[in-house]
Amino acid sequence: MDYTKILNQKIQQLKPSGIRRFFDIANEMDHVISLSIGEPDFTTPWHVRQEGIESLRRGRTWYSPNRGFAELRTQISKYFARRFDVEYNPDDEIVVTVGGSEAIDLCIRSVVDNGDEVLIPQPSFVCYEPMTRMAGGVPVIIKTKSENEFRLTAEELEAAITPKTKLLILPFPNNPTGAVMRREHLEAIAAVVEKHDILVLSDEIYGELTYGRERHVSFASIKNMKERTVVVNGFSKSYAMTGWRLGYAVGPEPIITQMLKLHQYAIMSAPSTAQYAAVEALKHGDSDIERMREEYDIRRRLIVDGFCRMGLKCFEPEGAFYVFPSIEISGMGSEEFCEQLIYSQRVAIVPGTAFGECGEGFARVSYSYSLNHIKEALERIEKFLDEKK
Amino acid sequence: MNRLLELLSENAEFTPSELAAMVGESEEEVVRKIDELKASGIIKGTKTIIDWEKVPDSGVRAIIELKVTPKPETGFDDIAKIVMSYENVENVYLAASSRYDLIAMVKGSTIQEIAEFVSKRLSTLDAVIGTATNFVLTTYKQGGAVFYDDSEEEEQRSLIL
Repeated sequence: MDYTKILNQKIQQLKPSGIRRFFDIANEMDHVISLSIGEPDFTTPWHVRQEGIESLRRGRTWYSPNRGFAELRTQISKYFARRFDVEYNPDDEIVVTVGGSEAIDLCIRSVVDNGDEVLIPQPSFVCYEPMTRMAGGVPVIIKTKSENEFRLTAEELEAAITPKTKLLILPFPNNPTGAVMRREHLEAIAAVVEKHDILVLSDEIYGELTYGRERHVSFASIKNMKERTVVVNGFSKSYAMTGWRLGYAVGPEPIITQMLKLHQYAIMSAPSTAQYAAVEALKHGDSDIERMREEYDIRRRLIVDGFCRMGLKCFEPEGAFYVFPSIEISGMGSEEFCEQLIYSQRVAIVPGTAFGECGEGFARVSYSYSLNHIKEALERIEKFLDEKK
Repeated sequence: MNRLLELLSENAEFTPSELAAMVGESEEEVVRKIDELKASGIIKGTKTIIDWEKVPDSGVRAIIELKVTPKPETGFDDIAKIVMSYENVENVYLAASSRYDLIAMVKGSTIQEIAEFVSKRLSTLDAVIGTATNFVLTTYKQGGAVFYDDSEEEEQRSLIL
């Protein structure tokens, strides 16, 4: 049977994620010390797990409403009000999803028509481009630059807009670069977005993980942006709940209503156990976020300092749990650098090119690991660089 | 200050420059603070954490509970000083317990040796009214380090995307 003729053409043309190849190498070797995983190393706070267990003990094992339990949507609404100063109606402006990724997919498919252009700043998380293609859209890549600390600038955005532009993806705090957009940067973007009347999908899944003097500002809180923005967020990164698979989207009722239809037909409803736990996280989890954030911050300082010392230039990342050092001094390309590093010192990191061609010359290093683990990895990387000199 | 101590208790091999980066202070400042902490007796020293159970013929350990009659003037201090003066006594604590007053952690080459030490050296002390000896079979965690080998300690996160 010739499956290539039967299978959907668009999906056959999708490339598998570039992160995978290095994971496969790492998996086959012993004593690999990895700085490649993109999820918290913390376990879900105990009181949150307990609520999940309690819901099971009480036999609450049924579907939730399609858009998620009302109590959870109410808590999400309260969270947005207290944390980002934006009001969302729990009844029709919030949908609870299976992780942030589902919310991204729902939004793109609900908004994009055949031939619509979707602006995707890169380096960024790997899902936006394939999801856009599957929705019939045309991905238009905007290359963010290291001299701008990988922020999206108004000029870059302006230059990429055409009459066909429908949607801008705003992936900040950014995976893999750790870049954040401060209020003034967001305001500059907002002016362009409003002028050209485009929609924005703001992926703020790392919104609780910012370091330094300013906390994350939600794009929806910028003047006039709420009506044209869908914000994606979730519990995975902020509360260390990746395995529970729970995220959500908040946005204008007409968009959420369409997203809900897709969600209803494809997913039905997000996991109920996870939703009960998430209510507890939003009600009593602020101090957990703070504790983990402080720990990440110490690791971040250690790792940035380590790279700078060994001459790998890296701007100070202010969000997520990644650093994105330039590997230029090694004289190697990203893929080659990461491959040689894993074979010679058994340290696994991810080449910047896995997050877009413009990631060439960089590597993503996760600091979602213990301090001792990071220290050991840094020592091995330094040894690797010394041997290359 | 506490943060610096927490980091040092996590790994004594952090260099001053690493510590400086983590706490956001200058290297000189960190070195000065560590010197101060040493001078004031808060930092008592640096040792290597060893899982002796993995070392052949490394002996046995026991936790000895001691019921003691305190002295009118010096309370438990005098007897604690006598107990801690033995080289094979590694730790001594005063406990708030109804069952016993002092806890001593003792090492020895054999169970017999420890039993003999307790009966001949500790039980015979005037102030000691009673003892209970608890031999350590397995150390799961010590000094913040996990000793118990189990897949629990391995990376359990999956490699996705």
